[in-house]
Amino acid sequence: MKGMTLIVKTITDFVAGFIVIFGAYIVLYGHLTPGGGFAGGVIVACAFILLMLAHGADVAFSKLPEKVAHVMDSAGALAFLGIGWFGLTAGFFFMNTFGRGEMFKLFSSGMILPFNIAIAFKVGSSLFLVFSALAIFRRRSFRAMIEDELA
Amino acid sequence: MANIAPQLYALLVFMVIGSIVAIETRNLLSAVISVSAVGFALSVAFLFLGAPDIAITQLVVEVLVLIILIRGTILLDNTAVDTHRDTLAVVTSLIFFGLILGFGAMIFGSRGFPEFGEPVMRVSKVYVQTGLPATYAANIVTAVILDFRAYDTLGEATVLFTSILGALALLRREGKVSREEVVAA
Repeated sequence: MKGMTLIVKTITDFVAGFIVIFGAYIVLYGHLTPGGGFAGGVIVACAFILLMLAHGADVAFSKLPEKVAHVMDSAGALAFLGIGWFGLTAGFFFMNTFGRGEMFKLFSSGMILPFNIAIAFKVGSSLFLVFSALAIFRRRSFRAMIEDELA
Repeated sequence: MANIAPQLYALLVFMVIGSIVAIETRNLLSAVISVSAVGFALSVAFLFLGAPDIAITQLVVEVLVLIILIRGTILLDNTAVDTHRDTLAVVTSLIFFGLILGFGAMIFGSRGFPEFGEPVMRVSKVYVQTGLPATYAANIVTAVILDFRAYDTLGEATVLFTSILGALALLRREGKVSREEVVAA
């Protein structure tokens, strides 16, 4: 059987969605409460890593394929840079030009919320990719070991 | 602000002991877990110092790093470490330790340490005073790292992007040829 025992798999199925929701909350409210794009992105990545540990790499890649993670990684970095360039329209690079909104509300503080979302996509997908690279590496090394034994 | 020095000293002693265990233990898995214990104690210390942002990030990254390191460690067949030390390495470390202590005494000996909660850099006071009216972000940490110091965050994102790119280029599956294919060609 791939992955861990039935108990771990059941609990993982139950918990993983809530971890993603918590990560999204940490990201979206990063400018109002403690947290932010980096911490929230790592929490979302941890949910997928939990899936990968409990069910094996194939199930985790069916939820978040490797190509999608690659695209999200690059898109997050480019979005961060693009929003920074948007500040050039008003004056200088990284100028906070979006509307400030109302204090202590979700849509406030201009570019900080989009920045947080971009960083979350970037950090989350790249840390997931690190772990998946490790899993791929492990699979390769095991196959190499078996091939060496058969040879 | 309540006096938090006893808690901080207790955490500091715990972290020093954990670091020494991580260096001196013969089992690699024990070393990894000791390093993680140091990281979790650091996270609690951040909480005591009133920095929940850093505490959350430290905790989450520590969990992830612990998973990755344990996963990397249990792949090895032989996790025992040979603790043989080079005399030259020990002497060099001691010399540099003494140099750091000496320079520290030279810098802080004459004018003393800055007061606790009174940073040397005065720009932080400006950030704290003008952060909320200038950015409308209730969380001052986010206001600093994504508005005042967004360039630094861009650099951090670039470093992360480049390192992931390098790791994936080294560990990728596609486009690699096995030794047999090279021998056959």
